[in-house]
Amino acid sequence: MTHASLLRQITDYANRANPYPLYEELRKTPVLHEEEGGPYVISSYWDIENLLHDPRISSDASNVTAAGDDELSGPEATGLPPSFIRLDPPEHDRLRRMANSSFGPPHRPHRIESMRPELERIVTELIDGFGDARQIDEVDQFAYPFPVTVICRLLGVPREDEPRFRSWVDPIVAGLDPDARTGAQSQQTAQEARLQLGMYLNGLVEQRAREPRDDMLSDLVNSHGPDGTMTTMEVLSTAVLLLIAGHETTVNLITNGMLTLLRHPEYLERLRADPGLSVKIIEELLRYEPPVQLLPQRTCITDIDVRGVTIPKGSRIWLVLAAGNRDPERFKDPDRFDPDREDIEHLGFGSGIHSCFGAPLARLEAQIALSELARRLENPRLVEDPPPYRPNAVLRGPRHLNITFDGLR
Amino acid sequence: MPADYLDWLRREGRIVIVGASLAGLRAAETLRAEGFAGELTLIGDEPYEPYDRPPLSKAVLLGKADPLHTELPRRREIDAKWRLGVPASALDMTAKRVRLADGDEVEYDRLLIATGVRARPWPKEAEAQLDGVFVVRTRGDAAALYRRLKAGPRRVLIIGAGFAGSEIASACREMGLAVTVAERAGGPLVGALGGVIGSVSAELYHENGVDLRTGVMVTGLEGDSVGRVKAAHLSDGSVVETDLVVVSLGSMRNTEWLTGSGLGAGPRGIACDAGCRAFDFRGIVTDDIFVAGDVARSPHALFGYQFLSLEHWGNAVAQAEIAAHNMISPSSDRRPHLWVPAFWSSQFRVNIKSVGVPPMGEQIMITQGSLAERRFVGVYGFQGRIIAAVSFDNTRWLEFYQREIERGAPFPVEYPTVDRRPEGRQPVPADFPDPSLPTHGPTVTLSGYSPTDRQLVFTPAH
Repeated sequence: MTHASLLRQITDYANRANPYPLYEELRKTPVLHEEEGGPYVISSYWDIENLLHDPRISSDASNVTAAGDDELSGPEATGLPPSFIRLDPPEHDRLRRMANSSFGPPHRPHRIESMRPELERIVTELIDGFGDARQIDEVDQFAYPFPVTVICRLLGVPREDEPRFRSWVDPIVAGLDPDARTGAQSQQTAQEARLQLGMYLNGLVEQRAREPRDDMLSDLVNSHGPDGTMTTMEVLSTAVLLLIAGHETTVNLITNGMLTLLRHPEYLERLRADPGLSVKIIEELLRYEPPVQLLPQRTCITDIDVRGVTIPKGSRIWLVLAAGNRDPERFKDPDRFDPDREDIEHLGFGSGIHSCFGAPLARLEAQIALSELARRLENPRLVEDPPPYRPNAVLRGPRHLNITFDGLR
Repeated sequence: MPADYLDWLRREGRIVIVGASLAGLRAAETLRAEGFAGELTLIGDEPYEPYDRPPLSKAVLLGKADPLHTELPRRREIDAKWRLGVPASALDMTAKRVRLADGDEVEYDRLLIATGVRARPWPKEAEAQLDGVFVVRTRGDAAALYRRLKAGPRRVLIIGAGFAGSEIASACREMGLAVTVAERAGGPLVGALGGVIGSVSAELYHENGVDLRTGVMVTGLEGDSVGRVKAAHLSDGSVVETDLVVVSLGSMRNTEWLTGSGLGAGPRGIACDAGCRAFDFRGIVTDDIFVAGDVARSPHALFGYQFLSLEHWGNAVAQAEIAAHNMISPSSDRRPHLWVPAFWSSQFRVNIKSVGVPPMGEQIMITQGSLAERRFVGVYGFQGRIIAAVSFDNTRWLEFYQREIERGAPFPVEYPTVDRRPEGRQPVPADFPDPSLPTHGPTVTLSGYSPTDRQLVFTPAH
């Protein structure tokens, strides 16, 4: 019975603030399968790393045959065809390549870096907006509005539409919480929001097809590369994916980051003196407090063997990135937050073909956000520790992060 | 006594590294990182601090990287004496001395040889001297070639369609230059990857407008009255008019300076054991001379204990680290060099990566993707096990296949994969021009992840 409740403890909200002792327990059974139809839970660094590169592992929900319900890996919450995060090659590769051709190298090597001045300006405006207040909610006033604004600019959502846009995004994101899934009302709200967002985006897509601009929607609609063009439905599902994945995780990365720095003030001080340290700090954060705690959406298309345990074809497989990131077989002193470590090859962005598409943007956003908060807030302190968390066990992060400080620099 | 000697060596001994490129530098850094506090000397024939070579046949030729600024990033301070611009000319194993070309001598207590390779020149010396005939190995070579490419030659002829030749052909096409490539084998990359993959590469050549001539040899280069190359004669009787020739016929190991030293060094490299200790010419292992990088030949347990010479960037780093560690460690703490061969190349906008030893493969099967789409993973089999894999634009899967190679996984590959096509269900001959056929033997597999816990599992032959 010792294991019988381990998964339930991990998803139990009561343990959200500190799941790491549970992950330590989890690693004692590297392939944990608690009940018939339940997921096979993988928690050791090397096992996760191996499975992320294993071509017998699928991200396509239609390959899951295991009975039973899984509270974390429900269907992708859109009425659109699956986006590339829930597809296997070759479809995954084609769509991701086409999306990437408007986002990163080799076609657009400078797109992210060229956004730096704008990101800095947005951050400055948000911090200036704290005004004379001496206490803020870092989530609502900073970590949330920042990436949403950025993703709107990147996709090409007009600034004046951002409030409308956010009014649809909020319920969709809320609908991703496993707790909220059970509530029929919030599901219905999310569904309606999704529909409206889809219609809104469709309008933008039609407009960009006529008058392209320098934004990703225009590029997605008008791409005519060796992979052909995306259908309108593919453009919409890709846009929704980038939108949701592109900010929800970043909110948590920034907030987990500020929380961790406030708990380790020596690094906050060092970051103030040397903004360049943000690079190492963000990498260590992605190891120490990853915004995506686990990947619950994989399965295997044939029986596979992991550490002598046979995982039958069609089983659900959870890869607990946050547990692998603290695997003492891989990282020395894993429970210590240490941005100076030489070796931070974390699983925070996953690995293999599905490794985080938006990683370069997320890194830059978090680096700017944390170094500016460190530089400008005078003597910041946590109001409560631990802060209240969002319900979600997968996309884990504080719902509020109240900080007091003595003034703005 | 040995423990005392090692303590002394680590504290105040003299270590000399001959060869100041990637392997030499990484070895020096590892020595210091592991606590070597004695005197460290690096000897290099080029007058430059260690620099990176992979960009020289790629980004440098496109003007995207400066050939004079590809210095290798330093991992740490090494506090070494540098003897750059002077090649080593002789080794006296008894007196433990390295002689330099300028007459100087450097004494050592432990020696690491990492002299690498140089480009194989065009064999006819007078023709090789013609203006417009190049090789690419050093940054000076690359800088000179880049200047000539930029000046807009009428037609570039590349002799040899291995990886370097293919990369240079690709760069030329990207610059819009007319290119002819002459290859003795039936297709490009055939020696490294076999005929099945070679034909995919040939399609890439054709699609990118390269004039590819296979199954031919260049028999002579012809110059004009002022000594500039103007044409090449091929063994099929044809003549290629060209004003720029790149000789890409592989490399030669820098071992001539060891002739007569008593070390087991020759044209195929310097033989050493899996712990990087050099053999003398009698086949007896030395205690104080170590080898790493392109110039080394060492037995690899996973590949039938064949002595492998690997001109791979990653091998140079891994072997240098092992050699350096072993140089200052007691025998019980020494580690074997068990790096699984891996290399990459980018050409015609395709990323090619390989793990294992493809030329040992008897058969190949395409386990993911499709040859026709030029995005695939091909797996090579040898005597019922997976021996190598190659990917075209599918790099991210290769870690999996590397583990399969390490654990001696069975071939053919029976299990389904996320992108298995009908064409990949049956293995086909890998089609290497001159297959080496090592004898049947017991099976060895590799386990463990970090260098400290890598272990071999020995399974006797039945």
